[in-house]
Amino acid sequence: MSNLKLIIKREFIARVRNKTFVVMTFLSPLIVVAMVSLVVWLATLNNDEARKIAFFDETGLFVSDFEDSDAIDYINYSHLPLNDAKDSVVIKELYGLLYIPKKQTNEELAGAIQFYADEAPNISILNDLENIMSDRLTHHNFEEKGLDLEVIEKAKANVNIQIENFYGEKTSKMSSYIKMIFGGAAGYFLMMLIIIYGNMVMRSVIEEKSNRIIEIIISSVKPMQLMMGKILGTSFAGIFQFVLWVILGGVFLTVVSMVLGLDQPQIAGVDQTLTFEEGGQEEIKLLLQESLQDIFKLPIGTLILSFFIYFIGGYFLYSSIYAAIGAAVDNETDSQQFMLPIILPLILAIYVGFFSVIENPHGTVATIFSMIPLTSPIVMLMRIPFGVPWWEVVISIVLLVGSIVFLIWLAGRIYRVGILMYGKKPTYKELLKWMKY
Amino acid sequence: MTNLLEVKQVSKQFGTFTALQDVSISVPKGSIFGLLGPNGAGKTTLIRIVNQITMPDQGDVFLDNDILNPNHIKDIGYLPEERGLYKTMKVGEQALYLAQLKGLSKTEAKERLKYWFDKFEITHWWNKKIQELSKGMAQKVQFIVTVLHRPKLLIFDEPFSGFDPISANIIKDEILQLREEGATVIFSTHRMESVEELCDRIALINKSKKILEGKVSDIKRAYKSNTFEVGILAEDTARLYATIQDKFNVEPADFKAIDDQLKMKITLDGTTSSNELLQYLSGNGQVVRFNEVIPGINEIFIKSIEEHE
Repeated sequence: MSNLKLIIKREFIARVRNKTFVVMTFLSPLIVVAMVSLVVWLATLNNDEARKIAFFDETGLFVSDFEDSDAIDYINYSHLPLNDAKDSVVIKELYGLLYIPKKQTNEELAGAIQFYADEAPNISILNDLENIMSDRLTHHNFEEKGLDLEVIEKAKANVNIQIENFYGEKTSKMSSYIKMIFGGAAGYFLMMLIIIYGNMVMRSVIEEKSNRIIEIIISSVKPMQLMMGKILGTSFAGIFQFVLWVILGGVFLTVVSMVLGLDQPQIAGVDQTLTFEEGGQEEIKLLLQESLQDIFKLPIGTLILSFFIYFIGGYFLYSSIYAAIGAAVDNETDSQQFMLPIILPLILAIYVGFFSVIENPHGTVATIFSMIPLTSPIVMLMRIPFGVPWWEVVISIVLLVGSIVFLIWLAGRIYRVGILMYGKKPTYKELLKWMKY
Repeated sequence: MTNLLEVKQVSKQFGTFTALQDVSISVPKGSIFGLLGPNGAGKTTLIRIVNQITMPDQGDVFLDNDILNPNHIKDIGYLPEERGLYKTMKVGEQALYLAQLKGLSKTEAKERLKYWFDKFEITHWWNKKIQELSKGMAQKVQFIVTVLHRPKLLIFDEPFSGFDPISANIIKDEILQLREEGATVIFSTHRMESVEELCDRIALINKSKKILEGKVSDIKRAYKSNTFEVGILAEDTARLYATIQDKFNVEPADFKAIDDQLKMKITLDGTTSSNELLQYLSGNGQVVRFNEVIPGINEIFIKSIEEHE
């Protein structure tokens, strides 16, 4: 077996056997699934509880419109004196009291309706109430003006702009959001993985240095070989962990949803209250269907492929910097002073991603940052769901690969000097000197 | 005698610091070679160059008449001064790993490790982690790993630091045994007396330059000053001392002795032989001590530095 293979194997086994690694591999999907289920469960819990609202309708216009729904139970207090009604709401701890006074005209009435409540009421409930009453008053107005309601209903036009790209693929308004969510999540996830696995490489370098085994090893292999073995071995461990996460996450999610009985409609129900409060049931279903279609319409294959390409590219780029830092310092505490060149571009990429890309995925800022190698893995990944011309992707990958080769070479020069230096905290100036040795 | 290792006019600079300047040494096959010098003289840099860890700026290194190349890695066994092992890895696993890095196959490595582990009676350590072993125990493992691939050239940098006297002796015997089997050994140390007795040849390095190289016996012969330590029993020691002082170059000396005797160091100028001196002395009293003063490597080292400055 060649030395590089031996090193990769050892690094892989050392990473995978590490207790933290094992714990994190099993715990992370559990935590994520637990959190997701908790959120879903809490949301359904909240949703199940219908709010009790009393109304005091002096006009008598709306009584028939207030039908109990999933979210609201209505109680008619119109027969009580207003003050008694108010007291009774407070005593019975109802959600609030809707007061509809008698007015001369419908216009006056529209501006005079009040809602009494201890806490600021839920916006979606107010919206529901406003919709119900607006509809009734509008109808009433039509009738007063002698208009035929049926004719008006028939005459109503409902414009729904269809969005379509030049290749004839239909998209919906939702699709932009979905692209943002997918791109943003992928970019953020990529950053976390780079930091986690880059740190592993750095710790492994520091370990060999502080154990003083390094000189024994580099009397058998070239420092560059050792560094590459570390980076590759750790990347295999990372991919292994990632695959396990996907599998375990899937298993846990299935188990949890079976145990808690969280079937599709209920999860969809949560989405309704979270996002589409103003719409009716039918519209919600339509929207949901559309967004599901949009998810399926996303180039999933391209997304997964580009995630892997940019993850591996970004990981190689940053882990070579991590390896150089590990070689330069004697212990992990000292490494803090050199973290800036890693954290700064990563944070910058995330900010550019969340502001520029979402604002304008093909604008100058987004395009430039998706070309610069230190930020391109994250920014380009966020842009890809919006459709990036293939030649832009090619340019960014070529630039990325080029700078990986350059940075690994540079890191190797720092590494081979650094691993034999003990006892002094180097400065950036010294690192520059090492490159010339 | 052919040379296994030839270092020819090697120089190495680190920035503005000169680590080695025009250093040449030759290490004969089957010898034990001492690379001596104070801390920071450049010994470790020279050894790293031989191990191809560092590349020389100038000069060439030949191993077995071939210019040094990556194939030589398996011909060299190196125990660095800064040595350690993976703390959390099992003893057996890392010994196997390090042996395989030196080009041994897994089965071969296992067999040889078994032999050495049996020899040192440490077979039960196989599944222990290094962090469970003492420093001395770990050093035994390091020694095994260094010699396991049966290298032609063994290089030990400060070999006995960290060993207790018993382990140091075991290791010393093993090194001598390996020499018997044909290996060539280089010791590098700043504690010169510690390897003096083992070495056939030495080179002294000071401030990046080699200042002395040769057979230990030749060097000692060159640096001895024809001085003899003498102890005589006589009735009137003061008068005897004065008489001898007239004829020879005499200094008072101090060494441990049971009897009260006249102690002195006599340096001959070359016209008188040691036999004539002994004859003269025995005519004046009872000679109880007569031995030639041979300079230690340390003395020689200090002297040669003075000569060079």
